[in-house]
Amino acid sequence: MLFKSALAGATLLASAVLGASAASALTVGFSQIGSESGWRAAETTVTRQEAEKRGVDLKFSDAQQKQENQIKALRSFIAQGVDAIFLAPVVETGWDSVLEEAKDAEIPVILLDRTVAASEDLYLTAVTSDLVHEGKVAGEWLVNNVGDKECNIVELQGTTGSSPAIARKKGFEEAIAGKANFKIVRSQTGDFTRAKGKEVMESFLKAEGGGKNICALYAHNDDMALGAIQAIKEAGLKPGEDILVVSIDAVPDIFQALAAGEANATVELTPNMAGPAFDALEAYLNNGTVPPKWIQTESKLYTQADDPQKVYEEKKNLGY
Amino acid sequence: MKSRYLPLAATTLIFLLAYTLCYAQFPAMLSTRVIGNLFTDNAFLGIAAVGMTFVILSGGIDLSIGSVIAFTSVFIAVLLAGTGLHPLTVFALALVISTLFGAAMGAVIHYLEMPPFIVTLAGMFLARGMAFVLSIDSIPVAHPFYDVLQSLYWRMPGGGRLTLIGVLMLLVFLAGILLAHRTRFGANVYALGGGAATARLMGVAVGQTTIAIYALSGLLAGLSGIVFSLYTSAGYSLSAVGVELDAIAAVVIGGTLLTGGSGFIAGTFVGILITGLIQTYITFDGTLSSWWTKIVIGILLFAFIFLQKGILWVSSRNRVALDHAHGR
Repeated sequence: MLFKSALAGATLLASAVLGASAASALTVGFSQIGSESGWRAAETTVTRQEAEKRGVDLKFSDAQQKQENQIKALRSFIAQGVDAIFLAPVVETGWDSVLEEAKDAEIPVILLDRTVAASEDLYLTAVTSDLVHEGKVAGEWLVNNVGDKECNIVELQGTTGSSPAIARKKGFEEAIAGKANFKIVRSQTGDFTRAKGKEVMESFLKAEGGGKNICALYAHNDDMALGAIQAIKEAGLKPGEDILVVSIDAVPDIFQALAAGEANATVELTPNMAGPAFDALEAYLNNGTVPPKWIQTESKLYTQADDPQKVYEEKKNLGY
Repeated sequence: MKSRYLPLAATTLIFLLAYTLCYAQFPAMLSTRVIGNLFTDNAFLGIAAVGMTFVILSGGIDLSIGSVIAFTSVFIAVLLAGTGLHPLTVFALALVISTLFGAAMGAVIHYLEMPPFIVTLAGMFLARGMAFVLSIDSIPVAHPFYDVLQSLYWRMPGGGRLTLIGVLMLLVFLAGILLAHRTRFGANVYALGGGAATARLMGVAVGQTTIAIYALSGLLAGLSGIVFSLYTSAGYSLSAVGVELDAIAAVVIGGTLLTGGSGFIAGTFVGILITGLIQTYITFDGTLSSWWTKIVIGILLFAFIFLQKGILWVSSRNRVALDHAHGR
C-alpha cells in the first residue's frame, strides 16, 4: 500500500523526466491570469505561437484567477533562473515584494495587457492597449464615412462603471466632438453581452421611430453589436446599410458579420501582447536598449474591405 | 513500527521521493531559493492548516478559514487606510475578532449540538460576506511598518530568502506540535476525536475543549490572514477562496484520520510541503496545465484514504487474532 501510494505520487513527475526540455536560447516564464474569457484564451495561444516562432522556451503558468498562485509562479520562475518574466496581473496591488525579488535576481519583468500599482523601476515595460484610443479609432471611422449628412448615433455601453466602458465612450466622443452633424441620441449599457445588446437595441429601435431616425450604432464590444444586428434584422431593417454598425474587440464572429455585410467596422483589441513584449525583451537583452515604460499595442481597424472571411479563418482557432 | 506512525512515514517517504525525482529533472529544484519559496509561499496555508489539524483531530471540520483569512486581510487594509492606527494594534484587533468568531462557532457546535460542517459553513458565508461589506475592491496596504516587516529576511547561501512569514509558519508548527503532544489540551483533543462520550467518561470537559479548538482555529486563521496581508500587501475580499479545502487536503495527506483521534501536526507540515512541491514542479516544467496540481492532490488523497482504511482493517484483524490467542 505504501509503495502504491508512493508510486501514484511519482508517476506524473517521472513521466516528464523523459521529456526534459531541450536547451534553447531564451527561457521566459509567463504567468497568465487564467482563461476566464475568449480573449484571454486567445492571448495565451498567441503568446505560445510567438514564443515558438522565436525559438523561446516558454514556461506557462495559469493562475486560475488567484493572485497567490501568480506570486508563487513568479517566485518559482526566479528560483529556476529564467531569462525574463511576462506577467498578466490579476489585480493591481500587492506585487512590490515579489517584483523586488525579480529585480534582485536581475530578471526583467514585462507586464502584459494590464498594469500594476508598483514603482515603475520594478518592471521593464508594460504592453497594453489604449482603450480611449480604441474608441477614437471607431469614432473617426464613422466621421470619415458618413461625411456631412445628419447622423443620429445610438450607443451600447459596456458594463456601467467598468474602465473599458468609460474609456471607449470617452474616445468615441472625442472623435465626434466639434462635428455638429453627429449626435449620440441614445446611450445605454448592454453589459458587454450579446443578449443584453439585442434587448437594448430593440428598445432603441422602438424609441426612434422603428429605427428610421438612426444612422449608426456604436457598441463598446463586438458581442453587443452582434446582438444588436439581430435586433435590427428583426425590425425589418438592413444592418450595415440602413444602420451602420461599428464596434470594438475584433472577435472572430464579427468578421462573419462583416463578410455578410451586416457590420461595417471593428477595432481590434489585439491578443498579441507578447509579440511587442518579445521584441522589446530581445532588444534589451541583446543591445541593452531600454524600452519606454509603456508600449501601446496597435488598435487596428477592420472593415468589409479587409477580406473578413480570411481573418475569420485565421482567428477562429485561437481559442476565442 | 506502530501502525499509527505508518501514514506519517508514507507521507515523508513520498515527499522525499518526489523531491528526488524533481531534482533529477531540474537540478535547480535543490536550491535554497526553492526551499525558501516553499516556506514563504505556503506560510498562510501552513498556519491555517495547523488549526485545521486540531479541528480534524477532534473529529470536527472548519470550513470558515478561507473566508476568515480574506476578512482579516480586508479588515487590516481598510483600517490601515482609513485610520491612523499602528499595524500592530490592527493585528491585535484582527486576532481578537477571529478568535472570538471561532469560539462562537465552537459554542454553537457544542451547545446547540449542531454538526461542525453546517456551523462552519454558515461561518464561511458570514465572514466572506463581511469582507465584501467592508470593501469589494482590492485595497493596497502602504505602511512603512509593512516595508520593515517585509524586509526582514535572512538571505541564505545561494540567494534563497528565509522570510519573516516563513519563519512564523515554522514557529506555529513547532508550537502546534508542543500543544498537541505535551499539554492537557492536546490530550483532550485526541480524546475528543476518539468519541465525545468516551472523552466525557475520561473526565474531559467537552464543551470547554470544543470551544477552545474552534477558537484556536479562528486565531490561526486570523494569523494566517495577517500573513496573507503581508504576503500580498493588499486586502481583497475575493482572495483565499478554497484555502480551507487545501488545508483539509494537506491535513489528510499528512496522515491525520478525517474521523479524528489519530494524526500528527508534523504530518500536516509534510502535507503542505508536498502541495507546494507539486506546484513548484508544474511551474518549473512550464508546459503542464496548472490544474494538474489538483489532479495529483486528488490522487494522493485517494491513496491516503485507502491507506488509512487498510491500516484500520489490519489493526482490527490483529486485535481479533490477539483476543483469540489469549483465549478470550
